[in-house]
Amino acid sequence: MSYSYGATWGLIIAIGIGTYLIRFSFLGLIGERKLPEWVLRHLRYTPVAVIPGIIAPLVAWPAATGGDPDPARLIAAAVTGLTGYFTRSVLLAILGGMASLYVCLALFG
Amino acid sequence: MTITNPKSAYFDGLKGGAPFLLVLAPFALLFGVVATEAGLDLAQIMGFSVIVIAGAAQFTALQLMSDNAPAIVILVSSLAVNLRMAMYSASLAPHFGAAPFWQRALLSYALFDQNYALSIARFEADRQMTLTDRLAFFAGASTPLVPVWIAFTLIGALVGRGIPEEFALDFALPITFIALIGPALRTVAHLTAALVSVVLSLLLAGLPYNLGLMVAALAALAAGAEMERRLYPGGIR
Repeated sequence: MSYSYGATWGLIIAIGIGTYLIRFSFLGLIGERKLPEWVLRHLRYTPVAVIPGIIAPLVAWPAATGGDPDPARLIAAAVTGLTGYFTRSVLLAILGGMASLYVCLALFG
Repeated sequence: MTITNPKSAYFDGLKGGAPFLLVLAPFALLFGVVATEAGLDLAQIMGFSVIVIAGAAQFTALQLMSDNAPAIVILVSSLAVNLRMAMYSASLAPHFGAAPFWQRALLSYALFDQNYALSIARFEADRQMTLTDRLAFFAGASTPLVPVWIAFTLIGALVGRGIPEEFALDFALPITFIALIGPALRTVAHLTAALVSVVLSLLLAGLPYNLGLMVAALAALAAGAEMERRLYPGGIR
C-alpha cells in the first residue's frame, strides 16, 4: 500500500463523513419529502453494481498466485456465491466458501 | 398489537437484532484481520470501524487502498457501496421525523442494513407504535450491532498477525464480498447488474486509475435500473 499514514487517515475520515451524511440525509435534513422513483430505482442497485466489479478481478487474477488464475480460488468463489444465492445466508456462504477453499487448496494446493 | 411501553419495545428490538451477531461478529473480526495484513495500524483500523462503521464500504476502501487506487476512486467507490443507506434513511424519515434533531443524528450513526430491515418491517406492521416506542425498538435492534462491530474489529486487529499463511486469508475478502452479494441477488434485475459489473470490470481491468471499475459500476447500475423498469413496472421493494 503506497498511502502514507496521514493520507490513510484522510481517507478514513472522508469516507466516514460521506457515509454519515448518506445515513443522515433524509432523517436529518431532507425530512419527509419522497425520493423520485427513478432515484430509488438506481439506489437499489448500487451494492450489486459496485461490489461484483471489485471482486471479479480478485477472483480471476488472485494476488496470492502472482495473478495466475487458480482453480482452488475459482471453485471457492463459485461455492460461496451459490451458497449465498440459494441459502440467502451471508454466514453460511462465508463458511461454505472458506471450507471449500481449504479443501481445494489441500487437494491441488 | 400496540406497545405502550418503551422498555418492552427495546427488548423486542434486542431480540430481533440478536441473531445478527452471528453475521456481524465474524465479519468485523475479518475486517480487523485483513486490515492488519494490509498494513494499517491499530488506531486506523479502529478509526475505520468507529468513524465509517459500514462493513462493505470498509472492505471496499481497504481493497482499493491495497491496489493503490487513486484517492478519489477509493472515496467514490466506498460511498457508492453505501448509497443504499440513503434509501433506508428516506424510508425511516416518516417514522422518526418528529424526533428531536440529536436523536435523529444519533440513530443515523447506528443505521445498519439489519436494524433498518427489522425496524421498517415492525413499524409498517404496527402503525400504532408511539415515537418513543419506535426509538426504543431501534435502540434495541442496534444494541447487538454497533458495540459488536467495534469490539470484534478490535479482536481481529489484535489476533490478526498471529494467523499463519496457510489459512489463505488473502481470499477471505473476496469470499466475504461474494457472500454479501449472493443473498442480495433477489431478482433478474439484480442478477443483470451483477453480471454486467463482473464482465465489464474484467474486460476493462487494463484501464488506468481503476477507471474500469467506475465504468463497470455505472453501466451495471443503469442495466439493473433499466431491467427493473422493463420487468417490474409496478416496482419492487
